[in-house]
Amino acid sequence: MERPLTRNIKPNADPLWLTEYEKAGGYESVRKALRTMAPPDIQKLVTDSTLRGRGGAGFPTGKKWSFVPMGPDAPRPKYLVVNADEMEPGTFKDRLLLEGDPHQMIESMIVSAYAIQADVGYIFLRMEYGIAAARLRKAIGEARAKGYLGRNLLGSDFSFDIYLHTSAGRYICGEETALLNALEGKRAIPRAKPPFPQVVGLWGKPTIVQNVETLCNVPHIITHGVEWYRHLSRGKDGGTKIYGVSGNVKRPGAWELPMGTSIREILEEHADGMRDGFAFRGLLPGGASTAMLVEEHLDLPMDFESIPQGGSRMGTGTMILLDDQTCPVGFTQNLEHFFAQESCGWCTPCWEGLSWTERILQSLEDGQGRMEDIDVLAMHTKLLGPGRTFCALAPGAMDPLQSLLKYCRADFERHIHERRCPWGNGRDGADGARIWPVSSSMIVPTR
Amino acid sequence: MAGIIVDDRPYQVDERENLLQACLSLGFNLPYFCWHPALGSVGACRQCAVKQFRDERDREGRLVMACMTSAADGTRISIEDPEAKTFRASVIEWMMANHPHDCPVCDEGGECHLQDMTVMTGHTYRRYRFTKRTFRNQNLGPFITHEMNRCIQCYRCVRLYRNYAGGRDFDAFGSRNHVYFGRHEDGTLENEFSGNLIEVCPTGVFDDKTLMPHYTRKWDLQTAPSVCAHCSLGCNTIAGERYGTLRRILNRYHSEVNGYFLCDRGRFGYGFVNNERRIRRPIFRSNRHDQTIPMDKDMILRELGSLLADKPSRIIGIGSPRASLESNFALRELVGPERFSLGLSARDAGLNSLILDILRRGPASSASIHDVEQADAVLVLGEDPVNTAPRLALAVRQSVRQQPMQLVDKLDIPRWHDAAVREATHAQPGPLFIAAPHSSWFADIATETYHGAPDDLAALGFAVAHELDHASPTATPSPTIRSLAERIAAALRQAARPVILSGTACKSEAVIQSAANVAWALCKIGTPAKLCYCLPESNSLGLAILGGKNLEDAFSVVKNGAADTVLILENDLYRRADTLSVDTFLKTASKVIILDHLEHDTTAKADVLLPAGTFAESDGTLVNSEGRAQRFYQVFPVEGDIQESWRWIRDLAVASEHPGQSNMAAWNRLDDVVAALANAIPAFQRLAEVAPPETFRIVGQKVPRQTHRFTGRTAMHAPLIMHEPKPVEDADSPLAFSMEGYLGQPPSPLITHYWSPRWNSVQALNKFQSDVGGPLRHEMPGVRLIESSDKRTVTYFSEAPQLFQIRDDGWLILPWYQIFGSEELSARASVMAERIPEPALMLHPEDAATLRFKADEQAEFMLDNKSHRVPVKLNAAVPRGTAALTIVSGFTDAVLPTWSPLIRVPEP
Amino acid sequence: MIENSGLSTYNYLMMLSDIEKAEIEEELSHYPDKQAACVEALKVVQRHRGWVSDESLKSVAALLGMTCDELDGVATFYNLIFRKPVGRHVILLCDSISCWTCGCDAMRKSLQARLGISMGETTLDGRFTLLPIVCLGACDRAPTMMVDDDLHGNLTTEKVDRVLEQYP
Ligand SMILES: Cc1cc2nc3c(=O)[nH]c(=O)nc-3n(C[C@H](O)[C@H](O)[C@H](O)COP(=O)(O)O)c2cc1C
Ligand code: SF4
Ligand code: FES
Repeated sequence: MERPLTRNIKPNADPLWLTEYEKAGGYESVRKALRTMAPPDIQKLVTDSTLRGRGGAGFPTGKKWSFVPMGPDAPRPKYLVVNADEMEPGTFKDRLLLEGDPHQMIESMIVSAYAIQADVGYIFLRMEYGIAAARLRKAIGEARAKGYLGRNLLGSDFSFDIYLHTSAGRYICGEETALLNALEGKRAIPRAKPPFPQVVGLWGKPTIVQNVETLCNVPHIITHGVEWYRHLSRGKDGGTKIYGVSGNVKRPGAWELPMGTSIREILEEHADGMRDGFAFRGLLPGGASTAMLVEEHLDLPMDFESIPQGGSRMGTGTMILLDDQTCPVGFTQNLEHFFAQESCGWCTPCWEGLSWTERILQSLEDGQGRMEDIDVLAMHTKLLGPGRTFCALAPGAMDPLQSLLKYCRADFERHIHERRCPWGNGRDGADGARIWPVSSSMIVPTR
Repeated sequence: MAGIIVDDRPYQVDERENLLQACLSLGFNLPYFCWHPALGSVGACRQCAVKQFRDERDREGRLVMACMTSAADGTRISIEDPEAKTFRASVIEWMMANHPHDCPVCDEGGECHLQDMTVMTGHTYRRYRFTKRTFRNQNLGPFITHEMNRCIQCYRCVRLYRNYAGGRDFDAFGSRNHVYFGRHEDGTLENEFSGNLIEVCPTGVFDDKTLMPHYTRKWDLQTAPSVCAHCSLGCNTIAGERYGTLRRILNRYHSEVNGYFLCDRGRFGYGFVNNERRIRRPIFRSNRHDQTIPMDKDMILRELGSLLADKPSRIIGIGSPRASLESNFALRELVGPERFSLGLSARDAGLNSLILDILRRGPASSASIHDVEQADAVLVLGEDPVNTAPRLALAVRQSVRQQPMQLVDKLDIPRWHDAAVREATHAQPGPLFIAAPHSSWFADIATETYHGAPDDLAALGFAVAHELDHASPTATPSPTIRSLAERIAAALRQAARPVILSGTACKSEAVIQSAANVAWALCKIGTPAKLCYCLPESNSLGLAILGGKNLEDAFSVVKNGAADTVLILENDLYRRADTLSVDTFLKTASKVIILDHLEHDTTAKADVLLPAGTFAESDGTLVNSEGRAQRFYQVFPVEGDIQESWRWIRDLAVASEHPGQSNMAAWNRLDDVVAALANAIPAFQRLAEVAPPETFRIVGQKVPRQTHRFTGRTAMHAPLIMHEPKPVEDADSPLAFSMEGYLGQPPSPLITHYWSPRWNSVQALNKFQSDVGGPLRHEMPGVRLIESSDKRTVTYFSEAPQLFQIRDDGWLILPWYQIFGSEELSARASVMAERIPEPALMLHPEDAATLRFKADEQAEFMLDNKSHRVPVKLNAAVPRGTAALTIVSGFTDAVLPTWSPLIRVPEP
Repeated sequence: MIENSGLSTYNYLMMLSDIEKAEIEEELSHYPDKQAACVEALKVVQRHRGWVSDESLKSVAALLGMTCDELDGVATFYNLIFRKPVGRHVILLCDSISCWTCGCDAMRKSLQARLGISMGETTLDGRFTLLPIVCLGACDRAPTMMVDDDLHGNLTTEKVDRVLEQYP
């Protein structure tokens, strides 16, 4: 089984630095692209490869690139931004790639930038990924020294440089348009689309934002070709995918597997099944913002096409398990707490609806719930759907809520009837409101 | 136009609009918060949701935000769709979750957009049962209150303050449902347009602090349409009164003039009306300073009548650029045109009439504020609009967005899509060139800024005109000026709607002429450039059209004994000429009679003082700097003897049996004066068209100044008189001092307040526009009295001045006007005390270094034959060889610019 | 108004050390405009001083040509820019979903008991500040926490104790 993305990554070892990386075939794709391919050729290759975004939405990457204005009249500079903000709970795949093989990230950016003729690249990295930051910095330095970055790469007339931007928290920064505002040093509020960033992006210029994992596929597609790439997969979408499992399983972790590997296989063969004493109740297939799947869905292949058959999305492909020892209401409260805290505060349904949802769930956990509460929760799952809020954060928050209400409704009602959390391990609300020492002395919000 | 279908019925709308604007224009009650016609759409509040359908077969539809969707041809939507209605009600439910239940004590209550929208969406029952978030409020200075708990996070305030008005000391802090709108720390909001927060915020977060000491609900204010008295732009206002005090000013929409916004001077300067130094009774001084005898009206009229009757030819009248046309005309009629002075020095009168002449001559016509907003290139030449005509500065700020709109159109971004427009045009403001002695307001958006002495600015103007059309004369400019002129000319040549903005701030004819040359040169090469001149006062241009003698003439007439009685209309002569001349003049005249509202240096020397009504106590017409005549209306009836100046003058005419040319004895109401004026002076022929005549009625009724919810009508006078007094008759206008009258929408000059069923806030204005954001229904926009004669021939001014020469024996002291403090009336609103800066002299740091001045050291200089001491401030915007004196606290521009040595006063 | 640039007029720049200034300059070179570097500039100050005081904020604002209002608007948006003093070491305890199902509540209770503080507080000796954090992207090692720049996974109450000892 081929593992192109993680082939250089060994657990608990330093990544390959430049010489070794080159020895292992690194930067081949850059040579090939700059010397033998025109930008449209690469764009076509990526389109034909059926590569889809690994950041959650699964948008076809080649198609996204096709919106970038090309040719001599195109606005300059153009930007390529790597979304390395990985903050969706349960998601830990980009960290692996960034820490494990920083040069692969840089190589991916160079060839992708060449394909869209970008002039500058930014890696938007979440602050907590300190090791990744240090390794990326070192790798960028090495690459620059070797002429892979800077003016006239490898003597071609293509110039490109990369800067690392480290952020300071807030999940919303991962939303691609909020990310642009964050990069511009503004409050990270999402932008309305259209216009799309491909046309009006960073500082008003054409910009492509792409997930770490997505981009890491590109060099391999260039080096090995479309046929090879598509055959890596077991399903319709090409390539491999880094799947992850967390929760009370025996061997939580992340593995690069053929796209379309079934949930059951990932769960049982790679994560070794449930931890002793824990039984399976459900799972969120791709991060906190995906709807829960249950037993009956376990044989679905994990890919963009199949997971929706179970009423969910593949999302980031990193699963979160719900077991029988965990209170499903507490589980939901934890998720909604996250989303409510991370709302940017721009659109009403999100900033107020999520907070209300969270507080109702907390009150259920506290034994204060009422039957009407379930209606209010259900109402929110409808009212915070796609298109009703400004960006996808709130709809993402409603997917798990809606599915847990569906699959675990009896548990919700038990909380109300018994006036307590039957698990007793529900959230105790001690950190119900996240306390940040962030306000300046003048602005003291209290609750 | 585009055909759209709303709830299965077809309508025609403007396809450049978004669906929200289109639906509101069609008269639908579609709720909204974050959208504002002047601010555009951002889609934050989600209140305006409607259902959109692909075609007639689509029964599912999907929710869209009306404000974020184009009104494209063929669009099908439903407002009534149950899902859309539920969603809209939920948005209110969310907002109300944290909103305090303080309507009864909230200052916004009764004129609150959030209240209106809550009722409109039908949200009544509260399901949210958790505690609410609370915030600390800030002290934002003397103008604006802050009550953050009422915030619904619509972001309008930051968008207005920062994006629209360019303020940078206010922002959004925090995130999620804890977003705080305020300052980084307590302190006065710096921006000159902060008052608009009051109207833009849909709830009671920001309210008028000046209203609070005499707080009155909107429905209990007696309100009348007015015109701002505090600069030459003539912004339209609504002034509100209760219990005989003026209580607040709101914006009154005018599509060509002020649009939705006022400046803080105009909004908060009204307090002079309530000033304790108002002249409220006629005062007679037997021996000038000694004894002050209040007299009743009849007695004083008898007294003065016989005085005037004795010697009609020995009286001169001194008019005023801050008094109405009618009052000035009345005075001119009383004393005769030969003996009527404008009340302005020859220099100042000359500047005004030069501007009048330029605007009349053409070919460039005068620009309205709206024209400035729409301009795609602006050259500011020798003017400092933010301090002399503030609302215009706000318009200039919008103009830089015009040229980048080409890119926006090319990218297919609808112009209402505010955030996208700003992102697409990121940091690329259109052409704006500032050439002024000192102005920092546009530093962030100006293409180039040039600070120069007036002569250099004029030289620049001449050079630009010469660049554009070589037939236009120029002196030899310096290389700097020449190359700047080339760049300016290149930018102006590219523009389709350029505006040249200048005015009297430099007190320089050459500057004004050079601006004309630029505009004319553009016209000559086929670009329809417009000219926008700022004048000093609210009726400066009106007075120039009326015409009269200079103050110097009046001085000499009295000096050589040809006259000895002086009647001064609303004018403090010490602001007009040097102290010695005014002193001599007042001393020489045997009788000085003054009509004014406030005591000032000149009234101190009067023999007789007559209490004249302020703008709030009179009706009248003002001509703004654009040449537009507009009517203001009395807000409330006055107790006692205060009356309009023209009525006093008529009374004097009658008492002296000297009724003048146009039979003043027959002047019973304002329309009579207007008719006489229109008759007497051809330029005012159309004056009667400015506003409906007194006889105007709608279904037989007058328009009420009081709302139909006016309370306490029977009780408000109870402590004084037991029965309800009959409302005072208004002889001058179709308005009534009453709550009875026509309740619908009157012609625009008569709008006393914005209200429409279900719309109690200022947003009811939508219902007064047939196209939201466009002109008012039944709009009577005033009459533009000056239209340039559309001659193709251009006669340039030919005298380009010599370049400014730095002297080694002195400094050219130039006036530096201040938005708060320089204008006579607003400076006397008590609330301004906190905003009026201390007098100071600005020096270029290098000049200061030469003089060994350090910041804040005292400088001594000569002005008006006296020596003065003020602290020095260093400012790189001040041209070398000049010093700028702030025109506040007793300093006037009467004898500025002037040369004076500067002496450093050592610390004691 | 005489001074209406909206910009801070103080000479707060003096406050920043040469190292801080150099580091901020380096960040500035990555962007076409100064504001873009503001978050990183704040973090430079925070790295050196532990938190961003009003004075530091003013200095950074002056350096970047922003007003304090603009900079604080951005600063308060982020949860990892500290606008109040924090302890010598900041503990960020993940409370997101995977860590929660794997027992982070127990870790929190044990931390609180051991340090004698609640979430959001700083120990009296100024040694630790305890804060919740969203998913640290190490769910395979849940429950997790970060102390300063170090990630600690597979926590147990005993391990927590041992970890704390490493931070004097
Ligand atoms: C609230 C929110 C948070 C997101 N966070 C991330 C993130 O941390 N990393 C990421 O790659 N994509 C994230 N996304 C998805 C991005 O918006 C975007 O779709 C993605 O970066 C595009 O890259 P891709 O096509 O390569 O997946 C987030 C989306 C939303 C709505
Ligand atoms: S303060 Fe007013 S204008 Fe600003 S966001 Fe809140 S409700 Fe809207
Ligand atoms: S008015 Fe349309 S979203 Fe606010």
